[in-house]
Amino acid sequence: MRLQVPLAIILIMGLFTIVTSFIPARPIADLNQTFRNWYIGIITFFIFLGTINLVRVNGEKIKTKASDWQYSIILITALAVMLIAGFYKGRASTDEESVFMYLYFNVQFPLEATMYSLLAFFVTSASFRAFRARNKEALCLLLAAVVIMLGRVPVGTAIWKGFPEVTEWIMSYPNAAAKRGIRLGIDLGLISMALRMILGIERSYMQ
Amino acid sequence: MQKSGSIIALAAFLVLSAHIPAAGQTPDDTVLIADTLKTAAPEILPPTIVSLEDTPNDAGTSIDVTWEVSPTESLLPAAVLQYLVLRATSPDGEFERVGTVPVGTNSYSDDGTEPGDPYWYRIDAVGTDVEVSSAVSGPAHSRMQWFDRGRVGVLLFTVLTCVLVVVFIQVAKRRPGKVFLRRLPVFDAIDEAIGRATEMGKKVLYIMGGLDVDDPQTVASMSILARVADRTASYGARMDIPCIWPMAMSMARETVKESYLRVGKPDEYNEDEIYYLTTDQFGYVAGVDGIMMRDRPAANFYLGAFYAESLIFAETGYATGAIQIAGTAEVDQLPFFVVACDYTLIGEELYAAGASLSGDPVQVGSIRGQDIAKAVFFVYIAAGVILKLVGIDWLERLLMIG
Repeated sequence: MRLQVPLAIILIMGLFTIVTSFIPARPIADLNQTFRNWYIGIITFFIFLGTINLVRVNGEKIKTKASDWQYSIILITALAVMLIAGFYKGRASTDEESVFMYLYFNVQFPLEATMYSLLAFFVTSASFRAFRARNKEALCLLLAAVVIMLGRVPVGTAIWKGFPEVTEWIMSYPNAAAKRGIRLGIDLGLISMALRMILGIERSYMQ
Repeated sequence: MQKSGSIIALAAFLVLSAHIPAAGQTPDDTVLIADTLKTAAPEILPPTIVSLEDTPNDAGTSIDVTWEVSPTESLLPAAVLQYLVLRATSPDGEFERVGTVPVGTNSYSDDGTEPGDPYWYRIDAVGTDVEVSSAVSGPAHSRMQWFDRGRVGVLLFTVLTCVLVVVFIQVAKRRPGKVFLRRLPVFDAIDEAIGRATEMGKKVLYIMGGLDVDDPQTVASMSILARVADRTASYGARMDIPCIWPMAMSMARETVKESYLRVGKPDEYNEDEIYYLTTDQFGYVAGVDGIMMRDRPAANFYLGAFYAESLIFAETGYATGAIQIAGTAEVDQLPFFVVACDYTLIGEELYAAGASLSGDPVQVGSIRGQDIAKAVFFVYIAAGVILKLVGIDWLERLLMIG
């Protein structure tokens, strides 16, 4: 029973989800929306559980003075400050009305932007490795990349007016064709995996 | 002198052309247009409703309204600013605005209707200071459909794929070990990476992507995690699995625990190796990068749905010298992983890897079924292209959605 009941739920819900893709009628669509709302409710509850886990794991690190335990103090302090700020005046629309939003816009947001901006440096270092012409394929990739980069900056047009057109052709034909081929495989793989789940063949997460 | 003559000629042409009826215009319309040219706030001719039709393949909550734009629009382009779509439940009832569309638009889907109820519509053309209404049109009814006929082709091919997968699962069940599947080099690399981590006494870092368990890529990642955990449990290596979603964390714990039970080492399972970090995308990136730089895991696995964080993870991992194995079905992120990681599962390989690694003949059979379906699709596409070149397009239309 411990195995059969969850498998039966997966089977019923899996088939129901497939059916909703082809039946737009309201009773089915409404029921589907209800299930989605349940899922949002479950996620919210799990966020609470996740926070408890975060405090427990990092509290244990501080207690046992495990390696890098100082970072755990910063993490728990930041969590506590945001929680208190949230309970104090909630999430107002502007940072002037709410301490939580002030912290969000002036601390969290710039930190996130900093992490995101690291991409510029990582793209450069990754490109440097990727564009080494070690073989014919790599040379082909290098040439395509050079043309596309020149086609998308004003200096490229200044060198040769045809760069934007060649860029457009590469993106619209060879690039789009490769992406569609991969996408087709992904969708078929998805159907196959979904069937394995629905039929209870793939259940590595169940005891 | 010549310049003033040209201006007079142009003015005369405008006055005359305003008095010549255009195709479809009555003499009265022409007089009205002429009048509009003389006034500062021109009058506007009303639009005309052409059709009210039930929107096809929906839950019966939408009606498509189509109209002919105001003739004034073509004569005085700046006179009409926008159109208002108004609806009432009786021809004499109060009309309420259900939509606003810019000038030049002649259709609107009103998606706020109840199935079976009658509705009347009116279109108002809005100018700077004037608003003119079309005649009231109706009644129109929206109807609920029980089958989306625009998806017949998708249904056919989904059923075909399912049938092929189920058939090959049955074949694999009856003849275990007879279904051959090419072994991907990445499978050997998984063993190699975990073996290296064990020898170095370092951890194996496993990242399940940025989406929760409702995303198929996370589920596929969980399936591979089971096989990776089988090996770490066998070799005695330690894992580090920071999670972005708490529900994925719970599922990962069950998966890894099951692996330790499977290899007969339940006592070595440590649930604290699988923990929640944060649900914030770049907060998670910062946390994982910190783990990589401080702990320097010997093997990094990035398997699941990844977005902007893919290259940040992969390049940081590269800098730490770890063996990196990645896989995602996010097509735009694949090049980043291919460049920065040692091995990459491309698209469908992510979905197939868990089944293939399990060695279970039934799961392997499902992948063979998927491959046969892919071959059928290729034949279909090739036939569709050839037929399209000779002017026959029904194969193309069969798979069109909508």
